[in-house]
Amino acid sequence: MTDDDYDYDRAELRKKLDKVDEVPGSAKPNPILTVDRITRRFGGIAAVDVDHLEVQRGSITALIGPNGAGKTTFFNLLTGFDIPDRPQNGGEKPHWEFQGRSLASTSAFRVAREGMVRTFQLTKALSAMTVMDNMLLGSQEQTGEKLSRSMLWPLWRGKEKAIRAKAEDLLGRFKLLEKKDDYAGSLSGGQRKLLEMARALMSDPTMIMLDEPMAGVNPALTQSLLGHIQDLRDRGTTVLFVEHDMHMVRFISDWVIVMAEGKLVAEGKPGHVMQNQAVIDAYLGSHHDQDLGDDSVLDEDFATAVTQEDAELVKEKEALEAYADSVRAQEGDEN
Amino acid sequence: MDVGFYFSTLFTDFGSTALSVITASYVIAAIGLNIHFGFTGLLNIGQAGFVLLGAYGFAITVRFTQNFWLGVVVALVAAVLFALVLGLPTLKLRGDYLAIVTIAAAEILRLLGDNQLLAPFTGGTFGIPGSAFSKPFSALSPFPQNGLFQLGPFNYPLSEGDSWWLRIVAWGIVALSIVVSFLLVRSPWGRVLRGIREDEDAIRSLGKNVTVYKTQSLVIGGLFGAVAGIVNVLATSVSADAMGRTLTFELYTCLLLGGAATVFGPLLGTFLYWLVLVFLRDTIGFWVPSGILSQQQIPQITWIFVGVGLMLLVIFRPQGILGNKKELAFGD
Repeated sequence: MTDDDYDYDRAELRKKLDKVDEVPGSAKPNPILTVDRITRRFGGIAAVDVDHLEVQRGSITALIGPNGAGKTTFFNLLTGFDIPDRPQNGGEKPHWEFQGRSLASTSAFRVAREGMVRTFQLTKALSAMTVMDNMLLGSQEQTGEKLSRSMLWPLWRGKEKAIRAKAEDLLGRFKLLEKKDDYAGSLSGGQRKLLEMARALMSDPTMIMLDEPMAGVNPALTQSLLGHIQDLRDRGTTVLFVEHDMHMVRFISDWVIVMAEGKLVAEGKPGHVMQNQAVIDAYLGSHHDQDLGDDSVLDEDFATAVTQEDAELVKEKEALEAYADSVRAQEGDEN
Repeated sequence: MDVGFYFSTLFTDFGSTALSVITASYVIAAIGLNIHFGFTGLLNIGQAGFVLLGAYGFAITVRFTQNFWLGVVVALVAAVLFALVLGLPTLKLRGDYLAIVTIAAAEILRLLGDNQLLAPFTGGTFGIPGSAFSKPFSALSPFPQNGLFQLGPFNYPLSEGDSWWLRIVAWGIVALSIVVSFLLVRSPWGRVLRGIREDEDAIRSLGKNVTVYKTQSLVIGGLFGAVAGIVNVLATSVSADAMGRTLTFELYTCLLLGGAATVFGPLLGTFLYWLVLVFLRDTIGFWVPSGILSQQQIPQITWIFVGVGLMLLVIFRPQGILGNKKELAFGD
């Protein structure tokens, strides 16, 4: 898979991104995904209200934000798992395009066929199927999946072999090869994340959307996952991922998008965006610079309760000391 | 009491049940249900509706045209349309909606069949006697039209009615259905179905049109149901009340007993189900004095045992006899 437009050289890509304005909705030199006016309300609350966003081809872009910022809803909208609201008062319709093709009002499976494949925050490994079957389902090239051809096995047996070889290759890369005949349900949480990622790669997606790839993964596996994500990029897959962990974001991403309360509040290079005041306020809350050991951030009643408890403890201790003293004094008398 | 007589009756009854066209029709309908429930995870509680529709479509057409093949085509087309009508509005929704719609639709069909206004076609509550539509099928028989043939204790007509000819065809269809279902579920198509059973959204995210697959599954399982209906009424007669909710639950019992999501589960489960019924009926009839249980009460007590058996099955061996516990169990 080679693509002239794709920046296989990461330094080259970063140089291009250096010139991009660090403001929400800034234009990118070579966007793979462009989003305009996408809103989704739940009741009265706008879970997502994004005016304009571009994602650079060949980049690892992180989408961060506090809980409830609308990151996952935004993902669902982009991938066809949710439908944006119709514009009110005759406003313009939501629109987003991927590699120049509109994806608005496209169903989830078509989005995947276009080459934008996602994973889920709560992994959706097919637990009652083997790891290998999970992988084989990831391919989009098996014509035997058509009912009309399914019973004529000579028509699809050759393809099946090729897909199986590819699956074994990917499983080897993700260190799951010896598990290939196990049921996916028997894998650990981290291994399921790896399996889901490997499965998504079976179709050679142009862009992969990872929803919290690190959630529930132990630190040892996190390192290897990070490696895999960077490896993906180097092999020609643009990555957009949702994440909480700021350190991880800083470590692997080329560009960071920050969401809060459904809106884009900042964009920029990972080193810079963390210092943006809007991000600090939105992401960390306005108490971020106070030590959690400091009682002043605690609720007043709670603080009073703690003080009282402390005072009682001191009293108890004093009483015990006094008793101990009296016992010692008695013992002294007897001797 | 003559124990020898008991055993000879029991084994003769076992044999005739194992050969029975009704047993064959249950196997075929259960294979269809297995494609729905076992492989795709579609909770179809109206499989009897497909069976009844196949039976009516076939019997009414043949009754008026005396054309066997036209009857088969009408029955199959009716089942496809029924599946589409049920599936298109519900398959995009959560699984429970399909369950509600299928059970309601099957009941509607049964009540329509019983309706006196439609009696010129359906025969109303009296149904359609086998003699009205079974001639064209008997005419296809390679055996002499008249006469009986005795094989051991089993003595049936050669070609007419509940005949050897029908038995051969019915079990031939069972064999063919098993081969077809094997080829279907072992194919990449079947793999997508099993994926849908596990998690629809995951399959969507991999670029598969889940609604199309579910519709295909509903249609194919329904076709098996319609074929079962044709086979069934060729041996008996069409009667809407014989193909109601009870039939659906019997089919589920057969399927769960043998093992859902297995190719041979429906066959094994149906055999066992009928053999257990025969065993209970014969045993109770022989050993329990009629002063305690009258002849009419025996089938009822048998049903109670079957119900308890189904409960025990689901509790202690949810995957059935052939099933793999890791692949299919309830409530996990």
